[in-house]
Amino acid sequence: MPGNGIRSTKPNQKSILLWTAVALAGALAWGVVALARGEEISAIWLVVAALCSYAIAYRFYSRFIARRVLEVDDTRATPAERLEDGVDFQPTDRRVLFGHHFAAIAGAGPLVGPVLAAQMGYLPSTIWIVVGVIFAGAVQDMVVLFLSMRRDGKSVGQMAREEIGKVGGIAALVAVFAIMIILLAVLALVVVNALADSPWGTFSVAMTIPIALFMGFYLRYLRPGRVLETSAIGVALLLLALIGGGWVENSSLADAFTWSPTTLVFCLVGYGFVASVLPVWMLLAPRDYLSTFMKVGTIVLLAVGVIVAAPTLRQDAVSPFAASGEGPVFAGALFPFLFITIACGALSGFHALVASGTTPKLVQKESQVRMIGYGAMLVESFVAVMALVAASILDPGLYYAMNAPASLLGPSLESASQAVTNIGFSISPAELAAAAKAVEEQTLVSRTGGAPTLAVGMAEIFSQVFGGAGMKAFWYHFAIMFEALFILTTVDAGTRVGRFMLQDMLGNVWKPIGRVNWKPGIWITSALVVICWGYFLYAGASDPLGGINQLFPLFGIANQLLAAIALTIATTLLIKAGKLRWAWVTGIPLAWDVAVTFTASWQKIFSDDPKVGFFAQRERYAEALDAGKVLPPAKTLDDMRTVVFNSTVDGVLIVIFLLLVILIIANAAVVCVRAVRSPQPLPTAEAPYVASEVHVAPRDGAPEEAMVAAGDRG
Amino acid sequence: MSLGRLLTGVSWYLREITGAADYERYCERHRIRHPNVPVPNRSAYERERARHREENPQSRCC
Repeated sequence: MPGNGIRSTKPNQKSILLWTAVALAGALAWGVVALARGEEISAIWLVVAALCSYAIAYRFYSRFIARRVLEVDDTRATPAERLEDGVDFQPTDRRVLFGHHFAAIAGAGPLVGPVLAAQMGYLPSTIWIVVGVIFAGAVQDMVVLFLSMRRDGKSVGQMAREEIGKVGGIAALVAVFAIMIILLAVLALVVVNALADSPWGTFSVAMTIPIALFMGFYLRYLRPGRVLETSAIGVALLLLALIGGGWVENSSLADAFTWSPTTLVFCLVGYGFVASVLPVWMLLAPRDYLSTFMKVGTIVLLAVGVIVAAPTLRQDAVSPFAASGEGPVFAGALFPFLFITIACGALSGFHALVASGTTPKLVQKESQVRMIGYGAMLVESFVAVMALVAASILDPGLYYAMNAPASLLGPSLESASQAVTNIGFSISPAELAAAAKAVEEQTLVSRTGGAPTLAVGMAEIFSQVFGGAGMKAFWYHFAIMFEALFILTTVDAGTRVGRFMLQDMLGNVWKPIGRVNWKPGIWITSALVVICWGYFLYAGASDPLGGINQLFPLFGIANQLLAAIALTIATTLLIKAGKLRWAWVTGIPLAWDVAVTFTASWQKIFSDDPKVGFFAQRERYAEALDAGKVLPPAKTLDDMRTVVFNSTVDGVLIVIFLLLVILIIANAAVVCVRAVRSPQPLPTAEAPYVASEVHVAPRDGAPEEAMVAAGDRG
Repeated sequence: MSLGRLLTGVSWYLREITGAADYERYCERHRIRHPNVPVPNRSAYERERARHREENPQSRCC
């Protein structure tokens, strides 16, 4: 064993043969995916191409980063070992921590983005998801996890303040807060669009609240700590609620659960506030268990479904919208807009918050950041590939009828069919009616946001494997409930995190508001956070131009700008550690991400095309408004005012995001230049070396490894 | 791997990941560190944990 405590194995003949076979299978699959033209190929090829690429990247690239770039050292005690307190710091088995970390990073993002991006065709989307995760997303997660672990679990904001400077630190804090608000609004909008006018979906999702409350009380008073038992009861009740939803839809209760988007907005805002001020044990904790089980279960089910049903891909490999930039789902050309639409799954700045939160305080051995940081992100990327498959097996006509804004599709099935024909695809009004009937929804026209499309795709795959066509409606609503469930968990958890940030910031100005136990402070700050995202949610749900169409680019840009901040910090810290020659590992993804986000922001701010540029859009509608004219899709002068106001807010927000990120990067650049010129290394906040006293065999069987970790302590 | 070992592994993993096994680990640690102080019962321990979670919210990603 070398000095860093990590076992090195010489490649033997068997492993050379194995990896050659993996490489060949991957190359073959990529060849089929890329070269198939004019014929429909099986989705299996996409899955094989992705899996082989992940395997090779994990085996070779992540190992290279861990050993050469980060120089992980298993003889060095991790904060979990040095600061062990049984609560925050606790050496945790790597497989358990992998599960925790994955549950924290995976959400609706990798499911929604690829569905919308399918308008560019499945080929560019797949390439970005796979290449992006290997060279950018997983690298960011792993490097941030490592850097935070070496600093006793400091957050991205704290690292920016301590290692880059005060200005960069404050900018990072404000950017994270603003980005969080947009993220919550867009995710909530996905739920609103999925549940609007759908009594089955609304009933089953509404029932998750009493179910979670029941679980909360059960866990607290009847059977404390019996999480497995409680979760099993919860999942059973959830399935009952789902079946009950089907019954409600066909009963006289249906009207009571048929809610408009605006009603749903107010319900969600109210829910967000109440859920974030209630004690965690009552609602958040049980909901978290439910959504984690549902999430993992459904993802496994989808993987099995795709492999067993082996559906064929019906979308174009590269659609005409990739070059023209005139797609109805979101405006703009492939570069840069594909790369901001698919964020989670390829590169997600939000993960940097998770990777610098709880996870670094629980890592048992430094070398495990590879499995936890890089590995968990590869799995998330695989989820994105499967979401892309689910969207790409749909008839393109149906896909566009579901995802184009209502303003384009018009009021009836006939007008929607005509609109789809106008953009070069086809679906008849009868086919649209049949598709809606198959999943027992009133209509599927303009059900934007990605969730309904994914649900139709999943219902298609699941019903081929389990239950046949008769089960389609059940699977559709199962998928809707599963997405809504964990979006609501994100909304609840995100509002709490946002509240803490706000309390922290305002606490500098007025002390009492910063106290975490002062109830009025909690209520005021929670209300402020909810009002912030609630505003964007309302604006999105009532936007005449279509909320997803308008807000999703904002969300994507925000998330990728957060990645730019994380990668900037990572690159700066590598340079400060005297590793200039390895700075390209995070520097290249940073350069790419900056190119993408700055181009996208530039176009959103300065483009003359009113479909792309927020200010061009504002000008067009403001001029018409001054002349007293109403431009479609607006129907009234009030609609016109809404468009003018929304596009101004969205445009200004992008300008602010961009300026904040420029500030951070400029501040970091100064630090990097100083670090390179300085004869001595600049001071860093890295915790000093302490020898580890825990030995964990790297490749042991399940329970034994845990015994070593728990038993050696004392 | 035999079926028995597989089941043991799965139940170990589920107990660990849901935190159902945390209380036992806590008791063990408590007995070593504070041998003269009685170990809090499960309900008290879970309450303490919920309170801690209240004060340390965690991000869930998109």
